[in-house]
Amino acid sequence: MYTDAWKNEGICKMIHKYRLGGYNIVMDVNSGAIHCVDDLAFDTLDGYTLGEAFSPPAELLERYTAAEIEEAVGEIGQLVREGLLFSDEDYEWATAAKGGAPLKAICLHVAHDCNLRCGYCFAGEGEYKGARALMSAETARRAIDFLVENSRGRRELEVDFFGGEPLLNFDTVKQTVAYARSLEEPYDKNFRFTITTNGMMLNDEIETYINEEMYNVVLSLDGRKSVNDGMRKTLGGGSSYDAVVPKFQKLVKSRAESKYRSVYLRGTFTHDNLDFARDVIHMCDLGFRNVSVEPVVAEASESFAIREEDLPRIFDEYEALAGQLPERDGLNFFHFNIDLSGGPCVIKRLTGCGAGTEYLAVTPEGHIYPCHQFVGREPYMLGNLDEGVANTQLRDRLGALNVYTKPDCVDCWAKFHCGGGCAANSLTFGGDLRAAYKIGCDMHRKRVECAIMMKVAEEAAQ
Amino acid sequence: MKHIKTISAKLLKTTANSGGCGKCQASCQSACKTSVTVANQSCEK
Repeated sequence: MYTDAWKNEGICKMIHKYRLGGYNIVMDVNSGAIHCVDDLAFDTLDGYTLGEAFSPPAELLERYTAAEIEEAVGEIGQLVREGLLFSDEDYEWATAAKGGAPLKAICLHVAHDCNLRCGYCFAGEGEYKGARALMSAETARRAIDFLVENSRGRRELEVDFFGGEPLLNFDTVKQTVAYARSLEEPYDKNFRFTITTNGMMLNDEIETYINEEMYNVVLSLDGRKSVNDGMRKTLGGGSSYDAVVPKFQKLVKSRAESKYRSVYLRGTFTHDNLDFARDVIHMCDLGFRNVSVEPVVAEASESFAIREEDLPRIFDEYEALAGQLPERDGLNFFHFNIDLSGGPCVIKRLTGCGAGTEYLAVTPEGHIYPCHQFVGREPYMLGNLDEGVANTQLRDRLGALNVYTKPDCVDCWAKFHCGGGCAANSLTFGGDLRAAYKIGCDMHRKRVECAIMMKVAEEAAQ
Repeated sequence: MKHIKTISAKLLKTTANSGGCGKCQASCQSACKTSVTVANQSCEK
């Protein structure tokens, strides 16, 4: 793995080159161009310096003739001239476009309570360090009003029913959807609803409702029974796997015939199952085709937390998974999704998730936080539904977060693939909103490398 | 070219002037909820 960058008068020209899956891959960071190169071009790039005549080092001349090297240098030079290699970075101005962006999504914590007891739950078994509580339909309606009022100029709005376990408050979910739908025509809005559920309360009625109203469904399952049940226990300490897998299989089947198709199985891996590729494959074997399995976010003191020494094993696992996916018909691993031709604009890539500006979380009490990960951290409460966002200083700090204001992001080759990462993780692991969650960054870079390699392999197979 | 095959020539620069409409899905609303996965979202413009 190798990253090279030139900085001149503040302009950074950066490439990232690596070998994976039998391919030599070169990314031009600023243009977003991806190249697959032979060994000659790969090796020649090591000593290539912009604006200078290329003088091949002795070790290169031991492997290739001067004529071959000259040919490769000519091709590299052509790509430089076309803006596809060592291209300029000229995006910092675009960060201003996001600072005052209107709201577009809210995470509604309709239940700060849960009917599972998961060992790694960042929400503290649903209560988020507070009291067990359900959101009233009135509070939820006010949250919808808040979203409509603060989303000027935006038609597409998103509401995620979250918890705890949101199906513990299904009545409020239904009332909220009905209310929001009633505002669509008069305010020219289109609501997209998502529900994230552990599935324990799924039944025919709820399944039908979800298929009719939820644009996206996220179903929580960690993979193999032993792995899932090791963390995701029922209130009595029993197996949640046995309780939910048949329900998930039924829902996924019926959803394939419904208005909205999007459904993800979403799991978590920990230090205790670093062979998590087997969990992804297991979920595929259960009939699930859209799978997201993420590293646990936990304090280092927890026995199941991901540690720095776990990284080599995790990298091997991601590589193994990337190698197996093409053999698994239609299996879509969320973190290897990458759209090289129609992906997000650079403005989104600079500024990430928009927590605190475009995206907010609302608690059962009507408190407003930058996102679900901040809920329960009192100093990071932005306001409430009565007064709106009162802590404008915090909002502005969050709005100013981008890949140029987070020092560890500036020289990172993957910065346009994460937008600067998760602000809550920065705070938890780095002590500051602008810090980096280094283990998370390392894993994310590996996932990006794997995702791009898979695209290169697809292209090579055509 | 003999030694280099360009897999994607997407120029991010061209998206800077036309982008930022916000129609795309908020990244944490999709299927992650903990790790920001910005680049695997699709442009919906």
